[in-house]
Amino acid sequence: MILDQSLSSRIYETAALNRAFEVSAFEQMKLGNIKFPAYLSAGQEYISATIAVALEEAGINDRQIFIQHRGHSTYLSFGGDIDKLVLELLGDKRGCANGMGGSASIHSVEANIYGHDGLMGSQGPISTGMCYANKIPTLCFTGDAAVEEDYFLASIGWASTKKLPIIFIVEDNNFSILTEKKVRRNWDIHDVAKAFKMKAFNIDDDPQEIFSCLDFENGIFSEPMLLNINTHRMFWHAGAGVDDPDIFDRHKSIGEIFTADYRENIQNKYNNYVSNVWKKYL
Amino acid sequence: MEKIPLNLRDTIKKIVKDHLDIENGLVMGQCLTAVGWVGGTLPEIYEDGGMVELPMADVSNGGFAVGAALSGRKIIYVIRYQGFNWFNAPIIINYACKSKEIWGRPCPLFVRSIAMEGGIGPVAGSSHHSIYYRMPGIKIYSPMTPSEYKLTYDDFMKGDDVFYVSEHRGSYDNFEDLIDIHFDDPHYVLFPISITRFNAIKASKELIKIGIKVSVCHIFIIKPFLPSEASLDNLSNATYGGCVVDDDYPDGIAKSLANDLSNITGKRVEALGLEDKTAGFAKEVDNMPPDTNKIIAKVRSAIN
Repeated sequence: MILDQSLSSRIYETAALNRAFEVSAFEQMKLGNIKFPAYLSAGQEYISATIAVALEEAGINDRQIFIQHRGHSTYLSFGGDIDKLVLELLGDKRGCANGMGGSASIHSVEANIYGHDGLMGSQGPISTGMCYANKIPTLCFTGDAAVEEDYFLASIGWASTKKLPIIFIVEDNNFSILTEKKVRRNWDIHDVAKAFKMKAFNIDDDPQEIFSCLDFENGIFSEPMLLNINTHRMFWHAGAGVDDPDIFDRHKSIGEIFTADYRENIQNKYNNYVSNVWKKYL
Repeated sequence: MEKIPLNLRDTIKKIVKDHLDIENGLVMGQCLTAVGWVGGTLPEIYEDGGMVELPMADVSNGGFAVGAALSGRKIIYVIRYQGFNWFNAPIIINYACKSKEIWGRPCPLFVRSIAMEGGIGPVAGSSHHSIYYRMPGIKIYSPMTPSEYKLTYDDFMKGDDVFYVSEHRGSYDNFEDLIDIHFDDPHYVLFPISITRFNAIKASKELIKIGIKVSVCHIFIIKPFLPSEASLDNLSNATYGGCVVDDDYPDGIAKSLANDLSNITGKRVEALGLEDKTAGFAKEVDNMPPDTNKIIAKVRSAIN
């Protein structure tokens, strides 16, 4: 499917919300208001933003989502409650994970988003098992390091064997903390998935590329699939810092297809919105 | 015509069948539909009936079962040898057991973990329930009789907790209840777990022949551990204290429960289990659960 102006705007707005949130969380960490490690997804927003819009466009409302530890953007893109996310980051019992989840184990019953337990990659087998049991379209988000877990690989294998309606989305920022992928392995996860007889793609986090991989004609979940989506993490693995100030910024790049006024209006709108949520609870 | 009571094997088989036929549950595990049908404890049902063969990927399989349980269907997950829990346990313990507490999402899983020993080497043999014991969010039962197994399953179905059900193949032929042996003024009290319960009864019956009164207070529900008043009275009145006897290494459940019992009663309570060594395949180097003679020797050393 070719992205038109309307779809592009929806994706951009979702990403703008995510960016506003992550920049605000960065500031709150610097101020000391977030008192535990937080895993910011700034730079990676277009993956979840694009897939969320794609599912809306396809009319897929009954879906279940398994999230990785760097999951604020996924949570927000798929309709997680922003107030509950702020409260969770503040360690408040009213938070989306009852104040127990911190940043890494956020969760939303309302949005059917399942939290991550902290065992890297465990969402692979858990999402696969749940998808097997109820056959509901399932998204499993993961990082490029977590897919190296043996149990994640076996999950791809079983999902393929059982032809489950599941998409594994690898948010590949190339780093495990700061250890590059090429240091850790000489294989690519999309090749592994293909070896398991699963449809798989290795693409960038450009919304059009993501849309092009989704089979709107036969159904996005008509067969299991793995998307390895190359992206760029703007901030530290955990905490308020920047590893590479010159890193490619997809949000800036996508923004250039819109007018400067539009960009400014959208970003201001979400910056103010997010800022007001924080103010309610600080 | 007199009705023949079901033994434990057939009781489990019936429970599993009803779980699939009536409760819309799933049974998951490796090599379920193979020759032996897991010691004859499974009905001959295949995937279309809910008996799900999993790949030979133990760590993942634990996660598949957890995910399936998260869907709201009640899952029986079969681990054919308790030692395989070293691979199977991580996601069960860290997700299923914590999900309700962290997120308010229950993940009811019935882990059928099966022990046996004798000539099966360094990993597969004996019970390994202590792996789970130290972690929150789990109930551990070790049923050795048909009525205990029914109670275990009923408790599971009534709630939404994760159950670790520590079975032992040596008990599958049993069809009788195992009743506590109580004395008003015992010399010693045994608190046996799993397969050691049968040997503890034999030990008590042997020792009474020479005037040594040994109470036997069976431990069927390991966690939460709620010893009966009668068992605590027996221990409080025992001249020489007691001992928890287990089919696992004693540096786990056995010593923990012994400590609990000791704290409650002020009596010295010891622990007896596998020897602190690796089990080999050959008989001379195997590591078997305490047999009757070993239990008798333990009692005699305590009272001498």
